Amino acid sequence: MTFAPGQRVRVATRTPRGHHRTPGYVKGKAGTVARLHGKFTNPETRAHGGDGLPRQELYLVAFDEGGFRLYVDVFEHWLEEAE
Amino acid sequence: MTDDHDHGHDHPHAPITAAGEPPAAARARALEELLVEKGVITREDVRRGIDWLVSRSPADGARLVARAWVDPAFKERLLADARAAALELGLDPGPSPVVVAIENTEAVHNMVVCTLCSCYPRGLLGPPPDWYKSLAYRSRAVSDPHGVLHEFGLELDDEVELRVHDSTADIRYLVLPRRPAGTEGMTEEQLAVLVTRDSMIGVAEPRVPAAH
Repeated sequence: MTFAPGQRVRVATRTPRGHHRTPGYVKGKAGTVARLHGKFTNPETRAHGGDGLPRQELYLVAFDEGGFRLYVDVFEHWLEEAE
Repeated sequence: MTDDHDHGHDHPHAPITAAGEPPAAARARALEELLVEKGVITREDVRRGIDWLVSRSPADGARLVARAWVDPAFKERLLADARAAALELGLDPGPSPVVVAIENTEAVHNMVVCTLCSCYPRGLLGPPPDWYKSLAYRSRAVSDPHGVLHEFGLELDDEVELRVHDSTADIRYLVLPRRPAGTEGMTEEQLAVLVTRDSMIGVAEPRVPAAH
């Protein structure tokens, strides 16, 4: 599933074994897609000897933290559609 | 750690760990030994990498910012593709695939952190300062960024939106700070001197010009 700028998304809450680059503090949070960065190799397989393919879409997601806005880069397979 | 452990390979080398060495440093040294031994990299590769890193400095990022301040068309190119803009000025943006410049305005102030490690636009700013890698900065920048800015001596007006960018993946962020007031007659070279490392991380404003 590809998301578009302005779309509401939620970060998955799973905790896989091994390396991943989705910070725990945004897991389960809903935010808004701000930008598509393009496709990049998947660090979760690359960190463990894999080639990181297929490349994954990387999104800039904005979270309203009340008092400031947080922008985090999140790979597509960590995002779910939110209401 | 002693040097008389049972080796799985037959060659002499210096002790892998030194007294008092932090565990992470010992691990890095052990990895380097293995990578060299297995022929993945050479000592010369390591030396070149370190030389490149320490040869980078915030002066390069400052050149980008100063050019953007005096040349609106260049600023647009910088915001569209900072890597290409750096190459245009003859700068070496480094191996990071994508550098994104984020612009401070009257309405928006940006600051950058890497909560997972220490991702940083090293090609344009040089090695990150120690505080950027500290657990305190990495955790508080995303929970109490106004408090962090306060400790850096920066108070934002109430109507300014604060945006905190956590560089969690392949993108490296460079803040394009606002041009200080009173700099209208200054040359690009003079302006570049005002652009500090911290202002390109977003925890400070650029220097103000010395009074005449």
